[in-house]
Amino acid sequence: MSKPNTSAKAGIQWLFKMAWRDGRASIGRLLLFMASIILGIAAVVSIQSFSKNLKDNITLQSKALMGADFIIDSRHLPNEKVQGIIDSLGGAQAMEVNFSSMAAFPKNGGSKLVRVRGIKGAYPLYGELDTQPTSAANTYQQEGGALVDATVMLQYELKVGDRIKVGEISLPITGSLLSVPGSTALGSSVAPQVLIPYRFIADTGLLQVGSRLEYQYFFEADPELDLVAMNKVLDPILDAENADMDIHTVDSQRMGRSYSNVGKFLNLVAFVALLLGCVGIASSVHIYIKEKLRAVAVLKCMGATRRQTFLIYLIQIAGMGLLGGILGTLVGIGLQLSFPSLLAQFLPFQVEVALAPQPIAMGLLLGIFMSVLFALLPLMGTWYVSPLEVLRIQEGQPAKSKRASTLILLGILLFIFLFSFWLLQDLDYALGFVLSILVTFSVLAGVAILFMRGIKKFFPSSWSFIARQSLLNLFRPNNQTMVLLLAIGVGAFLISTLYFTKDILLAKATLEDQTNSPNIILLDVQTEQKEAVANTIIPKGLPLIDKIPIITMRMHSIKGRPVNDLRLDTTSTMNKWVLNHEFRVTYRDSLIASETLTDGEWVSKNSGEGPITISMADNIARDAQVAVGDTITFNVQGVLMETVIGSIRAVDWARMQLNFSVVFPTGVLEDAPQFHVLTTKAPDEASSAALQRELVRKFPNVSILDLRQILNLIEDILNKISWVINFMAFFSILTGIIVLIGSVRTSKYQRIKESVLLRTLGAKSRQILQITALEYTYLGVLGSGIGILLSLFSSQLLAQFVFEAPFVPSWVPFAFLLPGITVLVLLIGLSNSRSVLTSPPLEVLRKEGV
Amino acid sequence: MPKILNVHHLEKTYTSGSKKLTVLDDISFAIEAGDTFSIVGPSGSGKTTLLGLCAGLDQPDSGYVELCGTRLDTLNEDQRAQLRNREVGFIFQNFQLLPTLTALENVSVPLELQGAKNANANSKDLLDKVGLTDRMHHYPSQLSGGEQQRVALARAFSNTPSILFADEPTGNLDEETGEKVVQLLFDLNQEAGTTLVIVSHDLELARRTQHILRLKGGKIMANESTLVR
Repeated sequence: MSKPNTSAKAGIQWLFKMAWRDGRASIGRLLLFMASIILGIAAVVSIQSFSKNLKDNITLQSKALMGADFIIDSRHLPNEKVQGIIDSLGGAQAMEVNFSSMAAFPKNGGSKLVRVRGIKGAYPLYGELDTQPTSAANTYQQEGGALVDATVMLQYELKVGDRIKVGEISLPITGSLLSVPGSTALGSSVAPQVLIPYRFIADTGLLQVGSRLEYQYFFEADPELDLVAMNKVLDPILDAENADMDIHTVDSQRMGRSYSNVGKFLNLVAFVALLLGCVGIASSVHIYIKEKLRAVAVLKCMGATRRQTFLIYLIQIAGMGLLGGILGTLVGIGLQLSFPSLLAQFLPFQVEVALAPQPIAMGLLLGIFMSVLFALLPLMGTWYVSPLEVLRIQEGQPAKSKRASTLILLGILLFIFLFSFWLLQDLDYALGFVLSILVTFSVLAGVAILFMRGIKKFFPSSWSFIARQSLLNLFRPNNQTMVLLLAIGVGAFLISTLYFTKDILLAKATLEDQTNSPNIILLDVQTEQKEAVANTIIPKGLPLIDKIPIITMRMHSIKGRPVNDLRLDTTSTMNKWVLNHEFRVTYRDSLIASETLTDGEWVSKNSGEGPITISMADNIARDAQVAVGDTITFNVQGVLMETVIGSIRAVDWARMQLNFSVVFPTGVLEDAPQFHVLTTKAPDEASSAALQRELVRKFPNVSILDLRQILNLIEDILNKISWVINFMAFFSILTGIIVLIGSVRTSKYQRIKESVLLRTLGAKSRQILQITALEYTYLGVLGSGIGILLSLFSSQLLAQFVFEAPFVPSWVPFAFLLPGITVLVLLIGLSNSRSVLTSPPLEVLRKEGV
Repeated sequence: MPKILNVHHLEKTYTSGSKKLTVLDDISFAIEAGDTFSIVGPSGSGKTTLLGLCAGLDQPDSGYVELCGTRLDTLNEDQRAQLRNREVGFIFQNFQLLPTLTALENVSVPLELQGAKNANANSKDLLDKVGLTDRMHHYPSQLSGGEQQRVALARAFSNTPSILFADEPTGNLDEETGEKVVQLLFDLNQEAGTTLVIVSHDLELARRTQHILRLKGGKIMANESTLVR
């Protein structure tokens, strides 16, 4: 034989060829690894694509959402200065006044709290009113009719041509209102809209002092006009006159932000799904490469260099990553198409889904990048394995370079940090996530080490063979305890964190139907009507639970500095909304159940000397940067009142009752212009309807909130929200389960040799089954238990810093997740041993190639 | 004849716990190109360790090995790998075929590593010589032990090595199959003119080589020539 005709060393082509040859036979083992990449990336691509589409839609449709280029709004009819500004801008193209009121339907005697909008001009200037019949949007003004919310029409069996009574007037219904620019289906179901021509508003008799009115002036701007610059100049001037300017671009940004809580949760889901995918990659590649080390040693023996063997497996992993990335991106794109219908109730417009290049590119890159990054540490084994392995079995992993390992770990942390920063756009959150991941891994690794040392040290030698053998498996050479505990623990941690987070979000909105609390609230009761309204309620045998006076006022100065100065002070870190806010204030002599004093002393009656001592809610005090002893001057409808903060209260705003940010003592505001809120409790629907009918007839300006109806409505909304949240959470949980299956199944090749040996030595199927079952039960209980316990801490932190809501841990993860994960680990573990139990040992060894 | 393998005062120790275990102690010998040579000794005598050092799979604590005119201690791991690819063939007791590659691909790997253009055709020829033409697309797990070792033989000769190391080549085979494989090994070796180094505790196999090195407790007991020519 002559030396072969050699040209050059094996090139990159050969590396790809070897990667393909080896990978093709291992595809089954890598399928689950692929599945975890696919789901992780699908979650990221779908959520990011949808967020991008949502943002683009809001920006594109910002004018249509506002119905104008900009709006000037005010709680009062504009004063001379504000009117001057409106005129100087060429006058508004349209205007409205809106308020809440009861509407009655003479056809069937029904009544409903609605938002009445008196419209003048060509509103909306952009977008359109969607009505049935379509022509009604244009004709209701000329015909002097009303456009009534479509759901209300359906609910009260109203038809076009029927009449609606608003205050003192009765109008024909010209059309049913399907959608209004900028309104969500959800918002409309809480306060359905009724549009009427502005010229009838005065006749309704509902424009009384103290009524909660809003005037809006809609403008169409010259395309050349710099709206932002104009807003910057005019807004402070308008603010000083208790008016406000909103431009469509800023308004759309605000709208984008208002979806941020949903966005935060969805991004958390994406992050969790992706992290689970990363855990899946790391754990399956770890075991995959461990099995390949002998083959690597053979290749080195035959003359392959370290670089060549390393690259063969790197190419293989990157190839799988690329394929996973492509499939994950495709699934993600498909999934985002379902979002608009899932979230339709919560969006003020129809989202047109388009392919967003950035998330797609990210998905493809992520597939390769995260596969390679999370596989690098186990892949390093191929670099350091000695060719001597072919001659003798060396125990344990080849010694790796500490420097390289540290660099890879730092790279992984940097990736998690950068990725979470990209998703959450918040440095603190991103750091928090990295830190919590680090802590979780450290605790789990620590527990695994302690567990193994503990069993070794206190080994129960007197236990039965089966129990001893199952424990021995946990710390023998080549054991999987650390890898499986990390994978199971991190999986359980992430899934249960997600569950708790879902709970936090849903609990935030949950209402309790307290037996002693009122279920009918009467708003806008004028002082002179107070007694008459009470006299309508009491003779019906219903209790008058509360009579709460409400006075509107604004801050005039804080700690001696006029709010106008504070508005212009760019160095001030004060939360500026308090400067423009119209506060609804009450006075009483005692705290109520939803309030707790956190600082200062409660003053029940005004002493008459010095400034008036008031009590402020802690969140307002924080935003206004004031404390006990600080002074605030309020403008109470033209009268300036000097006050000093006497106490700070913590207020449970989540309670379904009237809470106040500012409370005055008695003896000050009794004579100020005010309106009242009266509450009662109707025992059943019939008495509630009878009361409402009489009140609407006698006091058309009084608005009635029927809490029973609202509770039903909220329950309905909550069901819809929880469905969306559950859908997304399930996505991550599915990834977790796939990762778990992957981790446990990859350990199959470690376990099978021992099981075959035991079988060869005469162990019965039952004994092998029991040993395996016990071993996986220890790992399942310990991993999921620690994971869930850790998630309690992370959820507390999330509740406190991200969602700003209280966290009451649910027992569900302990009752279902812990046994669920354990059983899953157990089942997958036992399924590994199936081939050992059903076939002769030699056949198994040949088939599995061990 | 030039020396293809020169071993100078080799020493190798392992540490087990706090104990130092000398596996090879002052080993020196040389093998001429084209010779057949066997290393024999009881279990634990250091045979396999010596083979590993001669082939550059491991490094001695002191002394050095000169393989094909190159001192192995002057090369780094990758350079030693390239030298093995060029000059060395291997046969192992447990065959050490790559389980995810077919018989043909296993034989091709050393040639492909060299960048050989006709790797596939050469490998097919070799498989034909060892009588496995009809099994070339089978995976190792689908072959019997004898067939696997024949694939390993074909692979060992595929890069036409100058020296071939065989570690207990019949250790995992029954007597009859073992005999067939040994015969094939010697036939192929004669045809190629390769230097053959066999590590075995089977004296009968050793007597079929020209030289026998006897090891015991990590020391050379004897280095003798046989009557084989």
